[in-house]
Amino acid sequence: MLMAFLAVLVDTIPLALLAGVVGLDVVSFPQAMISRPIVAATLGGAFVGAPEAGLVCGTALECLALESLPVGASRYPEWGSASVVAGAVAAVGATSASFPSVGAFAVGVLVGITTGWIGGWTMVKHRQIIAAFARPRLDQLAAGSRNTVVGLQVFGMTLDLARGALLAACMYLLARPLAAQVNLRWTVSEDLSRAIIVTCVAAVAAASVWKDFHAISGTRRLFVASLAVGTVLVVAGA
Amino acid sequence: MPVPDAVPAPELPAVLRASMLLRCLAIQGSWNYEILVGNGVGFCVEPALRQLPGGMDAQPYKDALARQSVYFNAHPYLASLAVGALARVELEQVPAVRIERFRTALCGPLGSLGDRLVWAAWLPACSLMALLLFGFGWTPLGVVAGFLLLYNVGHLGLRDWGLRAGWKHGLRVATAMGHPVLQHGPRYIGRVSAVLGGLALPLAVHRAIGGQEPLSPIPMGVAVATPVLAVLLVRLQGRAEGWRVVLALLAVFVLYSVVR
Repeated sequence: MLMAFLAVLVDTIPLALLAGVVGLDVVSFPQAMISRPIVAATLGGAFVGAPEAGLVCGTALECLALESLPVGASRYPEWGSASVVAGAVAAVGATSASFPSVGAFAVGVLVGITTGWIGGWTMVKHRQIIAAFARPRLDQLAAGSRNTVVGLQVFGMTLDLARGALLAACMYLLARPLAAQVNLRWTVSEDLSRAIIVTCVAAVAAASVWKDFHAISGTRRLFVASLAVGTVLVVAGA
Repeated sequence: MPVPDAVPAPELPAVLRASMLLRCLAIQGSWNYEILVGNGVGFCVEPALRQLPGGMDAQPYKDALARQSVYFNAHPYLASLAVGALARVELEQVPAVRIERFRTALCGPLGSLGDRLVWAAWLPACSLMALLLFGFGWTPLGVVAGFLLLYNVGHLGLRDWGLRAGWKHGLRVATAMGHPVLQHGPRYIGRVSAVLGGLALPLAVHRAIGGQEPLSPIPMGVAVATPVLAVLLVRLQGRAEGWRVVLALLAVFVLYSVVR
């Protein structure tokens, strides 16, 4: 029991640190998009020894993330630390080069969405805390205090790092045993299950591409034509 | 009287430029609902302000830093354009009232230009390219590296260009905002994205379902169900986000598969 707990902890600490760094990338620093699901989930999977499983889960979440534009003050799912957790959860029961087990894949996607949703809420709270921290220091800002300017930046980024790490640690500790249980009890056939999950996320991606670009002249025809070409490539390549 | 920005821009020292560029990566470090990215702008301009007469302990430095650390809103990448321009006008000691007016005027356009170019065009295009690489069977390392390289060529290039263009144009930075990439880029990237999306979706779906024989019942079912669900989601626009719909559908599916 103790050894099992220690093993989970050994996985959780580096994952939480990774999620902190990735969560920081979403808004605070450096926005290089290591926080995109296809990157973050792959890294999450790789951290627990199954990058391929992380990549498949990351691809599914990337399809969903296409829909939410991280515009300014709007609230949107925080996909960064969520995807690290999702990738690691999807890796439960997988080997380094294998696809995720279908139960863990489903739980990984679900946990990714849920963690992203909670992460979006924590980002709002994070911004409110920074504002509360800045308020008593506005006089110092108005006096041109360098220490206050730098201090606010450092405070905001440190808090963001801690936010992502803590969120990921909690969610991973909850979701990992859940994924293992779901794997054991999964009853629907693997091929059909995978197809259902992938259909759901691919439909969101297709709808997003359509919504984002259909207003630009010529893009509807280009999209439909290239869909046809893509389908032909699939059939021809089989 | 010649306006300050009519004279050629002085050389921006390499170390100062690197320092400001690095700080621009953290411009949203203290983003909040009251001053938005304001403190971040002060943080980014600060290395340049040290060159004001008297250095960091003198009043011109403090006045300038105070001016630059109030409310500001812009797209984080294009904020570097403002940072470059504001650094130059501060070092040229343009009257404070004029700097404040100029700073206020920069907010709106930099936000909308950046949102259209980066969040609504470049980022989705790079995501779709990553999906295409996945569909082509690339390894995890290949997909991740391909996406990050492509995205960050645009990302870092835009930040660096913004800083240099802002410094070069100073008060006349509106000239830089008319750059063809900013004005027409979203349209062209949108067309490329439509092609990438069309190619990527069937290939990525095929790999994600395990590369099954395409003309067998399950892949055929996916090929029919995906567009039907996509059309429903388009029609739901504004009423339900896709990720919420997927959350509900998957939760029901997992329960069904585990409990039955």
